[in-house]
Amino acid sequence: MDNKKIYAVTGLFDTPDEIIHATKKVSSAGYKQYDVNTPYPVHGMNIAMKLKHSKLGYFALAFGLSGTAIALLFMYWVTAIDYPLVIGGKPFFSLPALIPVTFELTVLLASIGTVVTMLFLFFRLPNNAHPLHDTNYMKKVSEDKYGICIEAKDKLFDAGKVRDLLISLNAKEISEVYYDEDYLKSNFKVYTPQFMGFLLIVFIVVSSAIYYYNNKMLYKPPYNWMMEQDRVNPQSKSSFFADGFGMRQPVEGTVSRGHLPYLYAGQPEEAGAKLVNPVSVTKENLALGQKKFLTFCSPCHGNFAKGDGRLNNLFPVPPSLHSDKVRTWTDGRIFHVITEGQNLMPSYATQVTPEERWAIVLYVRALQRALNAKEEDLK
Amino acid sequence: MTIFAVMCAGIFPLIHVGRPWLDAYLTPYPNQHSLWVNFTSPLLWDVFAVSTYFTVSFIFWYVGLIPDFATLRDKAVTKIKKVVYSVLSLGWRHSNRHWQHYEMVYLILAGFATPLVLSVHTIVSFDFAVSIVPGWHTTIFPPYFVAGAVFSGFAMVQNVLIVVRKIFNYEHIITLDTLEKMNKIMLLTGSLVGYAYAMEFFIAWYSGSPIELFTFVNRAFGDYAWAYWIMISCNLLLPQLFWFKKLRRTIPVMFIISIFVNVGMWFERFVIIVTSLSRDFLPSSWAYYKPTIVDFGMLIGSFGLFFTLVLLFTKFMPVVSIAEVKAVIKGAQPSHHEDK
Repeated sequence: MDNKKIYAVTGLFDTPDEIIHATKKVSSAGYKQYDVNTPYPVHGMNIAMKLKHSKLGYFALAFGLSGTAIALLFMYWVTAIDYPLVIGGKPFFSLPALIPVTFELTVLLASIGTVVTMLFLFFRLPNNAHPLHDTNYMKKVSEDKYGICIEAKDKLFDAGKVRDLLISLNAKEISEVYYDEDYLKSNFKVYTPQFMGFLLIVFIVVSSAIYYYNNKMLYKPPYNWMMEQDRVNPQSKSSFFADGFGMRQPVEGTVSRGHLPYLYAGQPEEAGAKLVNPVSVTKENLALGQKKFLTFCSPCHGNFAKGDGRLNNLFPVPPSLHSDKVRTWTDGRIFHVITEGQNLMPSYATQVTPEERWAIVLYVRALQRALNAKEEDLK
Repeated sequence: MTIFAVMCAGIFPLIHVGRPWLDAYLTPYPNQHSLWVNFTSPLLWDVFAVSTYFTVSFIFWYVGLIPDFATLRDKAVTKIKKVVYSVLSLGWRHSNRHWQHYEMVYLILAGFATPLVLSVHTIVSFDFAVSIVPGWHTTIFPPYFVAGAVFSGFAMVQNVLIVVRKIFNYEHIITLDTLEKMNKIMLLTGSLVGYAYAMEFFIAWYSGSPIELFTFVNRAFGDYAWAYWIMISCNLLLPQLFWFKKLRRTIPVMFIISIFVNVGMWFERFVIIVTSLSRDFLPSSWAYYKPTIVDFGMLIGSFGLFFTLVLLFTKFMPVVSIAEVKAVIKGAQPSHHEDK
């Protein structure tokens, strides 16, 4: 009981008119450290208490503008600097599409900022250890009474005089509120290094947990990622299909891109009669024909098509391409042999494209002509 | 209510992402892919709109409750209640030095919440309108969705209020006049939504796009005509009964109509989503949608979540703001003669 100090003298009123009147009187008596407690905001109290207009609007504006700035700068940095991606051919920093997020962040920051400022900076809440808590006075103003509370901090404070003033104003239930300094000190306080440190630790723990979840835990079972899921590799077995192959055959009649089906399969004479060489005699085409001939044909046929290839005696020797038979063949007939093969010669359709085959035909013609030059070639 | 509904609403996109454990990818955080989210995508706008809407609604609601928690704290009889309400009230003292700032902030928050309601429904409608699916790609969607949201929101609140005022005997607080005013708003917004339905048809014809026209004719007369006409009768025709003052002030009538409005608004979403998707540009994807047991499970689950939260709230917290009601009852404010 020794530590009990007086905090304030309080008085209660029954109607809003009375409290306004009383407040004006208290105010004009010169008291500064007083408060009016009412169950709801009473109109006209700001004037009666001579309070200045709330500055919180400016805070809302400042927080809102910083929300706008943060949103725009962040999105600018992300979309135009850090990871520019072309999306729908739009500019990297395309303002109209960024308006929704900017608006939301503006409102979000303004709301949170204003409320946090009000509760924690302006009101110094949470504070459940205020001397007025748990008093009869607080219980009454919490319900339907209007109370005034003149605090001992005030320079003019004198318990007797304040009591007299309140009596003269017809206040009811005038009473002194005491507080115990030791009790208040022993109580838990928010704005202490210990509690702030605790908040910091909580913050670190939560952030680490989120980091661990997003960057580590998500990559552990049961979260199977594509690379760990069952799959069929190319050229591998699979028990899933009846034929045991992992790969599927294309649908019958499928034509691959850039490919035309060969119309004269098994019809050499038809091919010889109907196919016309679409490739013209140019330096480039002859060079291409030479290159392909040396790569694919010369191992057996020889570099000059004489049937003396590098595989001599290791493989049955093919006939010379300078025979009368081959010389009288049409271009289409030779093309057919390259495409389909004949006797021991396999088809080269998969290794040599049609254009390249026609170029080879041109080159073979050039070789044939070189050994059977005509009079005018010498000119 | 908003908060609980938004919680339910927030769950659906998260489920529909397909891999709900990867929802964190929707937030722009420095991840190990060193990749950022696409800020120009409606899906991302949705993330920001819904989360902002939830946060701001939550703050608004909580700030409104602080003085009420203080009152509950001072009236608490059990120790547990006292501790819980003390913590929740943050030690509010009903001080007029606080009320002054408090009123300002409450005004600011109300000012934020209103455009936020518009923005969140606009952005939800962008999810549809920014796509090119016929029947979705229309500029009328944002206002249409906002009107629809107000409409169905009022119907839902009406439903809950009618039950709550009956059970808790709040007839003197939630008066018949309040309910009548809500019915008037439902009549207005319902007619707005009806106007939007008509306008969609007009634009489909006026655009001269055969695909658009087909989509809307298909909506009204195709496979899903039943859903379309349920929507029209629940959303447009039934609320027209509110033109009659007698019906507007009869509680069973308004209860039934608002239930039908909720059904109608549910069917509106069904019609918009299902009919457009069942007949899009690729005839190979044309099909008749049949909900699976999973679909029903999600629907019932969201209902369960919503009503659980609402009932818990009505049980433990003030449904009607105590301080606000006190401030507007007769004689609560000083008479003006003395206020000079």
